[in-house]
Amino acid sequence: MTETQVFEDLEQILQQGLAALEEVKDEAGLQAWRTAHLGRSAPVMQMFSRLPQLPKELRPQVGQRANQVKQALEAALAERGEQVRAASLQQKLASERVDVTLPGRQPLRGRLHPETQVLRRIFAVFEEMGFQVFRSRDVETDEYNFELLNIPAYHPARDMWDTFYTTRPGVLLRTHTSPGQIHVMRASAPEPIRAILPGMCYRYEQVSARHETQFYQVEVLAVGKNITFGDLKGTVNGFARRMFGQNVRTRLRPSYFPFTEPSAEMDVECFVCGGKGCPVCKGSGWLEIMGCGMMHPTVLRNGGYDPEVYSGFAAGMGPERISMLQSRIEDIRYFWANDLRFLEQF
Amino acid sequence: MKIVYSWLQDYIDLSGYSLVELARILTMTGLEVEEVQVIGLPMPANGPLEFKFTGLSWDPEKIIVARIDEVMPHPNADRLVLCRLNDGQEEHIVLTGAPNLYEYKGIGPLPTPLKVAWAKEGAQIYDGHQPGQVLTTLKRAKIRGVESYSMVCSEKELGISDEHEGIMILDPEAPTGAPLRDVLGDAVFEISILPNMIRNASVIGVARELSAVLNRPLRMPDTSFEAAGPAIDGMVSIQIVDPDLNPRFMVGLIQNTRPVPSPDKIQRRLTLAGMRPINSLVDATNYVMLETGEPLHAFDYDKLVERAGGKAPTIITRAAKPGEKLTTLDEVERELDPVMILVTDTAGPLSLAGVMGGLESEVTPETRNVLLEAASWNFVNVRRTMNQLRLNSEAGYRFSRGVHPELAPLALQLGLKRMQAWSGAGEIARGVVDNYPRPHVDPVVTLTPAEVARQLGVELPAEQIAGLLRSLDFEVSVEGGRLQVKAPPHRLDIGEGIVGKADLIEEIARLYGYDNIPETRLSDELPPARANRALEVEERIKDLLAGMGLQEVITYRLTTPEREARLRLAEEGPLEYIRLANPISPERVVMRRSLLASVMEVMERNARVTDRLALFEAGPVYLPVSGQDLPVEAETLAIAMCGRRYPEDWNQPVDARMDFFDLKGLLEALLEDLHIENVEFTPAADPTYHPGKCARLSAGDVVLGTFGELHPEIQRRYDLPSAPVLAAELDLSRLIELVPERFETRPVPVYPAVLEDLALVVDEDLPAAELERAIRQAGGPLLADVRLFDIYRGEQIGAGKKSMAYSLAYQAPDHTLNEKEAAQIRQRIIKRLEHTLGAKLRG
Repeated sequence: MTETQVFEDLEQILQQGLAALEEVKDEAGLQAWRTAHLGRSAPVMQMFSRLPQLPKELRPQVGQRANQVKQALEAALAERGEQVRAASLQQKLASERVDVTLPGRQPLRGRLHPETQVLRRIFAVFEEMGFQVFRSRDVETDEYNFELLNIPAYHPARDMWDTFYTTRPGVLLRTHTSPGQIHVMRASAPEPIRAILPGMCYRYEQVSARHETQFYQVEVLAVGKNITFGDLKGTVNGFARRMFGQNVRTRLRPSYFPFTEPSAEMDVECFVCGGKGCPVCKGSGWLEIMGCGMMHPTVLRNGGYDPEVYSGFAAGMGPERISMLQSRIEDIRYFWANDLRFLEQF
Repeated sequence: MKIVYSWLQDYIDLSGYSLVELARILTMTGLEVEEVQVIGLPMPANGPLEFKFTGLSWDPEKIIVARIDEVMPHPNADRLVLCRLNDGQEEHIVLTGAPNLYEYKGIGPLPTPLKVAWAKEGAQIYDGHQPGQVLTTLKRAKIRGVESYSMVCSEKELGISDEHEGIMILDPEAPTGAPLRDVLGDAVFEISILPNMIRNASVIGVARELSAVLNRPLRMPDTSFEAAGPAIDGMVSIQIVDPDLNPRFMVGLIQNTRPVPSPDKIQRRLTLAGMRPINSLVDATNYVMLETGEPLHAFDYDKLVERAGGKAPTIITRAAKPGEKLTTLDEVERELDPVMILVTDTAGPLSLAGVMGGLESEVTPETRNVLLEAASWNFVNVRRTMNQLRLNSEAGYRFSRGVHPELAPLALQLGLKRMQAWSGAGEIARGVVDNYPRPHVDPVVTLTPAEVARQLGVELPAEQIAGLLRSLDFEVSVEGGRLQVKAPPHRLDIGEGIVGKADLIEEIARLYGYDNIPETRLSDELPPARANRALEVEERIKDLLAGMGLQEVITYRLTTPEREARLRLAEEGPLEYIRLANPISPERVVMRRSLLASVMEVMERNARVTDRLALFEAGPVYLPVSGQDLPVEAETLAIAMCGRRYPEDWNQPVDARMDFFDLKGLLEALLEDLHIENVEFTPAADPTYHPGKCARLSAGDVVLGTFGELHPEIQRRYDLPSAPVLAAELDLSRLIELVPERFETRPVPVYPAVLEDLALVVDEDLPAAELERAIRQAGGPLLADVRLFDIYRGEQIGAGKKSMAYSLAYQAPDHTLNEKEAAQIRQRIIKRLEHTLGAKLRG
């Protein structure tokens, strides 16, 4: 074997190897090529085993060259490997493409009833002002529902509530959450009070899109030694701003409730039309949101607070009505009908 | 209450204020205007319609006053006439079929021309031939060969009343050619009267409020008249049996009068105020009631004399006797009881005091002599009378809310004066008979500016406060910074002492203007912080359940025993309920005792809406307690589930139905998330549920409730798919009490666990919970986790046996367990289970 022959062989091994690598297209081909060209019986490896048969003076040169060829083949393999893998990844990714416009797989979703949602919003606003929730019973006595609230029997104001009476004398379904005023006062006197009184109320009323026999009410009550009509205004206006928008306009209009004096209705500028007049506000530009007033001295006294020393205010609202106005709900009967097609929109 | 704009202006000058401004002022005074009906007057210009406006505006160019000079027959039609009409500029021939012109037909030029409302082509009016109020535009037409381009109008066509029998004939003084709206235009404010403002259920009452806020004088009507008749003394006497029922009774007498139609203006005002004009005598009583707020009652004096056997009648007011009867003027015979007050004479009942007159003594077309009553009555009795008889009247509306006795003289004078004036005949007897045994004492209240400031938050000087109150006719004196305030003699809503102060402060706030009181933030001491744990935990439970895919519902709390009985077997006895005395619907008669029954109805209602139903409700049920008036309101949690485990979807191939273990898993997760310990599920027998798929849930010795698959017989009663219905009803209060205030965590393990599977063959009826408990006990503290992953039954292991395969994790907190340690635990478990439960390791 001549000297040149050996180097030519090495060159040929390299060229053949590189040429074969060009044909490799996938991971399996790479493995086969590695076995054929860099494996134990690959030509370049056999060259190493032939080294001892070569003349001594040639060995270093040939060995060095053989190493270079091996390294070149390894480098080529690595490079080709990258290319093949990139190509196969491309192909894989292309084959895995999905139609992203197909509907997603829905998680199992439960929801809270819209009533619970609006109540929580109302509570949160008042809780920030230091009010705490106090609940009381649905089935009440005439005494708590009316008499202690300055509504004696046959008082003209009784006309304001169409009442469900039970077959037990003096027992009725509360017509408002106001009996809670007496309960919370009697539980708290003489401490100051800031309470939220939520609850289901009942009225003897023909059911329609606007009226229900059962409905929620949320009442707020503040009792203390230094509470004024100005504070009432500040509190209900603050609530309106938090609930309906920071810039919403409000007005208090004189009204009458037997358990407050002075009494007022709070109107909020219609947030649907911005006060221009629309079907929601029946063209008036205003939405009636809550009734309120300074606590009547008789009620304070019935709750255990001396009206000469203490004063207070109360305000009551219908959360369904607020929810209806905010979410444009047409019919109050949706609330207790519990049709999932309604509930699932919240 | 309908307040007629033109009438209101009799008592106060309203010039310079538009209808909208007046409506706003009234509303902000507490007289909420619900609607403004215009009669001819212009509607407010475009823009936000602050108030609801209805009615018809008359075009000043197209609807004018015209003069009919001659009524001529129509050449081709008997029922039509042709009018020679002058609009002040030129003559027109106008066709009409109005029957009230027939009498003038063909008599030549009229000696006194008729003034009429004349609408020209293009005018907007109501269609007189259609029911209700349908707008139409007057068009040119040919009627029976005669060209018609205008018409003379009826009241209906102008929106004044429903009258369409004939055309409207105007006052002869009405200026020809003037826009009709300047002559007859009017408006009606529909005002909602608050229960404490009955003093304002009158035109003068509303005028007085306006006078106070506009600072313009109130013009009271002139009550003077010439009493040409004899003295009333000896012609009638009055006895009041109980001054508590009847504090005042006053009568006057007018003789030789007659009922005739009232003047047009009066009839129009009454119509607009919502009352039907009858005749001058009846109209006078109604008019004065609307004007002053004091209802009057007119008796036919001759009938009273006849009943008294020709002698001067004696009027006696008293409580009715049980079983006494009276036929009221609506021709209904009514049975009376002692709560009702009667006006009687020696022959028996005459009228139901304060509510309605009797038929026998009422004014008829033949009446010539009228005894006119002005009285005041105990409002509670009037109110109860109206409730018991289900009888409403304008008089009753006022008397049941309280009418001040000092209004009687004013109203009586005005009534007599108007009867005479409008009838054009009659002599009013001199004097009145006034029985007023217990004169009303108007309360006097002392008030300081500090007391006003304490409630309102604004400092007002004493003189300013006095001025505000005086504008509403309070008598006020100021001395040493204190106000002495006497309530005016027309209102009964001012109390004494501290209540009186509150009543006055309300009037001050109202007149000062709520808008003018500055808004402040609460600066009073905060209340002590108190937890409402029941609410907090309840809300947490709702969040957890919603997070697990359940929809919250809130149902009606009123139901029927029958609807709840669907969930119960017939053998169970009837339950006691809180029952309504006056249910409004047969579907809602009792307060519910079962929350699940309500939720099941929601399931049924939504069965066709979705293939997966999973609902819960948290709320009270009402359980009567013997010996107590009020029921226990037991907070309850109900859950119901039915249908697919996952909703049907294109990429959701599993069509599995929810079963017992879906509900159980949910309850396990709920209680675990609430950190409740010692939770136990034990087989339970409840006839509502499938006997083999029903469990009781408890924690320690507290039973929380029962759940399971509904019994097929129960499920059959509901219109639901055949898939199993899972249901639970738990005691929410107990559940909430079990939730610990806080809980402790365990450190995350540092050393790896040794994992191992163990299959045990046991008797078929060995409960899984018992087996697991035994494994855990035997495993001791190093057994970190036990998870069942398979149950196998088959020939390999023999009949009556099952193989339970568990995945176990052994773990020590302080080192990695070695093979030997793991094997020891394993051996301990196997040995113990063999010994106590007869379990065999599955080979």
